[in-house]
Amino acid sequence: MAERLLEVRRLFKHFGGVVATDRLDLAVAAGGVHALIGPNGAGKTTLIAQICGEIVPDAGQVLFGGRDITALPAHERVALGLARSFQITRVFRNLTVRDNIALAVQARNGSSMRFWRPVAAERALGAEAEVVLAGLGMAALAALTAGSLPHADQRRLEVALALASQPRLLLLDEPLAGMGAEDAQAMIGLIAQLKERTTILLVEHDMDAVFRLANVISVLVGGRVIASGVPQAIRDDPEVRRAYLGEEEAAA
Amino acid sequence: MVFPFAADALGGGYYVGVATRVMIFALAASSLNLVVGYGGMISFGHAAFFGAGAYSVAILAQEGVVSALAAWPLAAAVSAACALVIGAVSLRTRGLYFIMITLAFAQMLYYFFVSLKAYGGEDGINLAARSRLPGLDLRDDATFYLVVLALLAVCLYLLKRLAASRFGAVLRGIRENEGRMTALGYPTYRFRLVCFVIAGGVAGLAGALIVNQHGFVSPNLLHWTQSGTLLIMLILGGVGRLYGGVAGAAAMLLLEEFLSNWTGYWQFSLGLVLLFVVLRAPGGIGSWFARGNSHG
Repeated sequence: MAERLLEVRRLFKHFGGVVATDRLDLAVAAGGVHALIGPNGAGKTTLIAQICGEIVPDAGQVLFGGRDITALPAHERVALGLARSFQITRVFRNLTVRDNIALAVQARNGSSMRFWRPVAAERALGAEAEVVLAGLGMAALAALTAGSLPHADQRRLEVALALASQPRLLLLDEPLAGMGAEDAQAMIGLIAQLKERTTILLVEHDMDAVFRLANVISVLVGGRVIASGVPQAIRDDPEVRRAYLGEEEAAA
Repeated sequence: MVFPFAADALGGGYYVGVATRVMIFALAASSLNLVVGYGGMISFGHAAFFGAGAYSVAILAQEGVVSALAAWPLAAAVSAACALVIGAVSLRTRGLYFIMITLAFAQMLYYFFVSLKAYGGEDGINLAARSRLPGLDLRDDATFYLVVLALLAVCLYLLKRLAASRFGAVLRGIRENEGRMTALGYPTYRFRLVCFVIAGGVAGLAGALIVNQHGFVSPNLLHWTQSGTLLIMLILGGVGRLYGGVAGAAAMLLLEEFLSNWTGYWQFSLGLVLLFVVLRAPGGIGSWFARGNSHG
């Protein structure tokens, strides 16, 4: 088995009386796509937020590259190579696509406590942003205002922002959310491309996308992982079929 | 530049004082603009830093330090230090809570000066003479006017540089989407705090100037209504616009100046003007002059 890039150990989180994460264990190996599926309310987004440091767990550990990062603030985890995209699009709507990406590039290129030199004069930031966009086939959008883009392009920008952080582990939280069939196919193609470059932890409801992209699938139900394995094993797991996969998937 | 001499020649020395006052409030409102307009933090306690700067100069003068070169930077430093302490706590909150906690801190400072009997308490203290600058006679109103003008120009230029810098880009990102900035790896709290401290320091400098202009400072300068006045100036002039603070301070103080000669109810007219601006020109007066300078 490949090196464990991310390891979650006995993670526990409750909100009032609701247990969102119930002594959860998860290991993500380096390379490929590890998909996280589960019904609504299974605690997927809460888990992602704890891995990123936006929500502090009540107990348990998060290890990244062998290092315990449970107590590390969110922004420091990004520097270690942990980046995320959001289920609900969070781009800088009033900035151009290029400036959106340039902000991500700036974050990992020296101090931003600089008050004098115009950021527009830093050609390196803009140039690197162009490279990121070109690599995703988005070069033509560079000069457009992010808020003016159609939904599917904003979703691509959402992924591009995370990718511009040059993560070792990319967490994609429902990248296909709200997309039509055609745009969804394009996004699946994009993620298939990205998995050659970086490890991806993918949360997604679209089973077609999950089974096409994932090397490993973990099934989350009631805040715990009930099964983890290669797609075929998950498909055949009777407990998973009972708990989660619907009739149509079972028939497929 | 020629205004004070022209005004003097026309026998309007009084208006040099008015113009100086406008510029000092423009500086204070511009510093608030950095917090509200650029940083996206609605602070309702900015008068605390304005007043702390004024008191610093007055207290130093009473203790024998009259040099502007020592007292004014010290006033800015004292206000920046206040902003550091107040900001470190307040910036952990957001929105309405941030408004209330900055207001509460400012009122604490207000009551601190009210109870400071050694320095006038409620009555405040007089500044025996204006601060001294080598080579310049600040007692002369026209000279003081020019010094204030120069400081305002330098501060606006620095604000412009800051807005276009890396730091400014981060502020813009935080204002628009703080969660995403964290996800990109920015320690947003630190950036907001630095912004808050810089603004506090500039407000302190404005305070050092206003006590020299009035020759007097009392706790009223720190009262929460004064923070409200600075916010109203900013809304009038244009939040997040480089000249928003200047346009707003000029509009408000000149309205006060002329309307109060004409009616005791000038604040009623001010209310109407404010209504008009908020409803019909939400970009503020500044948006009519400098379309290209929007950072909002």
